[in-house]
Amino acid sequence: MIPLQAMTIALVGLGGLAVVSVRDPLRQAIVLGIYGLTLILLFVVLQAPDVALSEIVVSSVAFPFILLTALAKMRDRR
Amino acid sequence: MSFLPYALAAWLFFVGLYGVVTSRHLVHLVVCLGVMQSSSYVLLLAIGYRTGKKAPIFTSGVPVKLGAVDPVVQALTLTDVVVSVTATALILALVVEIWKRSGKLDPDSLRKKET
Amino acid sequence: MTRRTRLGTFVAAGAALAVLFVWALTGLHAFGDFQGEYGRILNRTAGSQRHVTNVVAAIVFDYRGFDTLGEESILFAAVIGIALLLREARDEGERRIDVVRSDFIRAVGLFAVGPTVLVGLYVIAHGYLTPGGAFQGGVATASGLVLLYAAGRYRAYRAASPKAMVDLVEGTGIGTYTALGVASLAVGSAYLANVVDLGTKGTLASGGTIPILNAASALAVIAAVVLICHEFLEELMTPA
Repeated sequence: MIPLQAMTIALVGLGGLAVVSVRDPLRQAIVLGIYGLTLILLFVVLQAPDVALSEIVVSSVAFPFILLTALAKMRDRR
Repeated sequence: MSFLPYALAAWLFFVGLYGVVTSRHLVHLVVCLGVMQSSSYVLLLAIGYRTGKKAPIFTSGVPVKLGAVDPVVQALTLTDVVVSVTATALILALVVEIWKRSGKLDPDSLRKKET
Repeated sequence: MTRRTRLGTFVAAGAALAVLFVWALTGLHAFGDFQGEYGRILNRTAGSQRHVTNVVAAIVFDYRGFDTLGEESILFAAVIGIALLLREARDEGERRIDVVRSDFIRAVGLFAVGPTVLVGLYVIAHGYLTPGGAFQGGVATASGLVLLYAAGRYRAYRAASPKAMVDLVEGTGIGTYTALGVASLAVGSAYLANVVDLGTKGTLASGGTIPILNAASALAVIAAVVLICHEFLEELMTPA
């Protein structure tokens, strides 16, 4: 296994751990974006460009959007 | 060393599951569910990988006899990504409804039914 | 169950699951040595059988086109579910103030709407020639529309995506996909079989029914994403 793959796998593992350890949802949305980026790198290294493209649009646009609008809605009453 | 991607899939699954079990905020729970879903992408793509081969796109100039990684698991992973984002949107809508009715977002405090 | 019970159950069940996991994963082949014959055959013959260069797109829209129909139905059902959950009696009067105050953000964002939609449409159109496809380009195009809200005003976003039209577009997308399958049946072949003339490989006019199914799925995905964003934004814009 080439070192690039091993390093990307390690990055994804660290990213997953980071996403779970951040407890504040607003900060977690940002860390999720970075985790999505490491996933995209892994998909490119595993020679899957179609999957990498769909992960790009999902983790940069769709996920943060629905997370942030839901969080902004629930910010008021408390 | 060659089991590293499979170990990554297992690691992501259990880390996400730990996050779901010990979560104190419903939106944090939803994001940890997303991490669990991403473990399935990694497992699928790691299964279909062939060493030394490239992506299954044969545009002009790339001869077919070079071989490529497995395209079927990539199609499966594409569907997986779509389904996960729609399921997450639906679960977030549920979370917003829960907040509107009870004002609380802590899973532990939602246990008793309020009459 | 209390938090302590939950954690205890997780440790016990997680340990059992981990054992089964490790047992299953060690039964897999070594990483990089996949022997699946279906993928090999498809790599060798999809180009000459369907005249497309992106084998993954050929699988998604032709060889496993039925699975994509299921995926579109999931998208459809999720949109209906979200609309049902979040839609209740909202009074149209009260709305939050949401004008973006920074001129720079407004300028850059509104300038980016056109190129984003264009790039999204490009990714959709070339989905079966290069990496891309209906879902990837569809979400990118819909994000261009949502940029109207993020960099401008909510009213501009609503004007650009009237509810009736978006509903119609989504129905058209999924309906075309299903109807094309029935059309294949009418010609005498199997459901969703590729019965249109295949064209020359490497150009946009290739693949038979693949470009049509690609466009139909893209319409459905764009409309579904716009509708989901619409529901969330409506929820946000109406004070609780």
